[in-house]
Amino acid sequence: MIDMSVEIAGVKLKNPVLTASGTFGFGREYAELYDLSKLGAIAVKGLTSEPRNGNPPPRIAETPMGMINSVGLQNPGIKSFIENEIPFLRKFDTKIIANVSGNTVSDYVSITEIASSSDIDFIELNISCPNVKAGGMAFGTGAASVGNLVAEVRKVCKKPLIVKLSPNVTDICEIARAAEASGADALSLINTILAMKIDINTRRPVLKNNVGGLSGRAVFPIAVRMIWQVKNCVNLPVIGMGGVSTGADAVEMMLAGADAVAVGSVMFSDPYTPIKVIDGIHGYLEKHGFNKASDIIGAVNVY
Amino acid sequence: MYIQEDGTVLSNIKISETYYDMTVYSPKIAGCAKPGQFVNIKCGDDLLLRRPISICDCDGENFRLVYENRGAGTSMLTRLITGDNLDILGPLGNGVFPTGVSRVLLVGGGCGAAPLLFAAKKNNECSAVLGFRTCKNAVLTDDFYSVCENLLIATDDGTMGASGTVERPVNLLLEKHKFSYIFACGPRPMLKAVSIIAKRHSIPCYISTEERMACGVGACLCCAIKTKSDKETYSHVCKDGPVFEAGQIVLED
Repeated sequence: MIDMSVEIAGVKLKNPVLTASGTFGFGREYAELYDLSKLGAIAVKGLTSEPRNGNPPPRIAETPMGMINSVGLQNPGIKSFIENEIPFLRKFDTKIIANVSGNTVSDYVSITEIASSSDIDFIELNISCPNVKAGGMAFGTGAASVGNLVAEVRKVCKKPLIVKLSPNVTDICEIARAAEASGADALSLINTILAMKIDINTRRPVLKNNVGGLSGRAVFPIAVRMIWQVKNCVNLPVIGMGGVSTGADAVEMMLAGADAVAVGSVMFSDPYTPIKVIDGIHGYLEKHGFNKASDIIGAVNVY
Repeated sequence: MYIQEDGTVLSNIKISETYYDMTVYSPKIAGCAKPGQFVNIKCGDDLLLRRPISICDCDGENFRLVYENRGAGTSMLTRLITGDNLDILGPLGNGVFPTGVSRVLLVGGGCGAAPLLFAAKKNNECSAVLGFRTCKNAVLTDDFYSVCENLLIATDDGTMGASGTVERPVNLLLEKHKFSYIFACGPRPMLKAVSIIAKRHSIPCYISTEERMACGVGACLCCAIKTKSDKETYSHVCKDGPVFEAGQIVLED
């Protein structure tokens, strides 16, 4: 019997596989296909204090082995989430990660305060959304602003605090250390990579927002590298994400240092991906004689 | 309610310069599909996104797709042969065409004709106007001819039927006959023109829309379409549509 559970900031997940924020809605759409209780945790669509309409379409462009999105944090707002979505998600035996964003430090503080008094398991601080004019990635690309924001949020946050990092930085370790020093309980990475696609016939960008965030298998090796770097410079649990599409990918990310992995936009290709990834990790552990999923975390034997 | 089903390609035939006609054995999806709904098809391992294609016809066990060879995904579909498997999510979409009504004018442009055939079969006393770029790309005309009371064709280059857009033939049929509904599917400019005509005649108009899409089920919120309201709000083609009442949404260029 292999123990698939892992622990993130003192919370036990039944297995190390999550769904990444923004790719799974609030779980309702995929609950039609399988039992959400199979998942280690669900990171819900990014939330803001007030409802947000998001960016004008087109919001998506396909690229080799990936896609670029500029949804722009469309969401019904934290109040609607608490009233309508938490009761639904609580029907399942899985952990809930509330992904929160704001335009200003006080926005982040106020939504964290509201979210952390609701029935959720983690708060994931989104300081890495590339698709909003204010807030989002603007906070996540400088060590000083990350440190300041995390410190302010920490004062009101009563749940384990995950800080979601942007890959659009020169030195990811500098950012990771700033989050750790200001009280983050865990880190998640990577958010999408800022990218652009141009239609050569119309000579216009495909996205109305001109630029957006790249995700999918194309970004996987970058994610693995950053997770490995971060794991080696901070002493925090890391949730790895970015192009995970198979159990083998998840194992690779865990070897690099991820304590858990999230499946993101690959879900759009195959909605059963999280289930297949869980099975794939289990198969790997069995084949290689590991008793616990946690045995492979950071187990890469580097040169 | 939608499912994932591994369907089997029964036939996949080139029917015009760029259009293909594929029949898929997919009993669970075909068993509950409604006119206007679509399927989201996985097109190989290299493309992250599935391809959303409207259901053209459905007999309870099989569904039929008439699609255009437009890019990497649909090009992969053209290479499928009888017996090949197809990974399908469907039937998708909650906004569908009304069924069981009479005196419907169907207006289709290009492969926009496809979902209207299914709608024609589930309604009574339908007439249709179909627009194509050229006669070489005119498809489904025989199918519509057999289920519609009137059928008019328009081609941009005048090689078949009326020369120009669908507007003239649509106006012609509206002058001669009384219609209770107009259903339209096709390019945005056509949908806009048909919506305006429908409003002028005070006829309820349902349009099937397209937008770049990812999940197909309402989770990712990529396929946003502007809603008519005081504030700037968006509906989503995959979950709220693809069929909307013309007055509900703003058709942007």
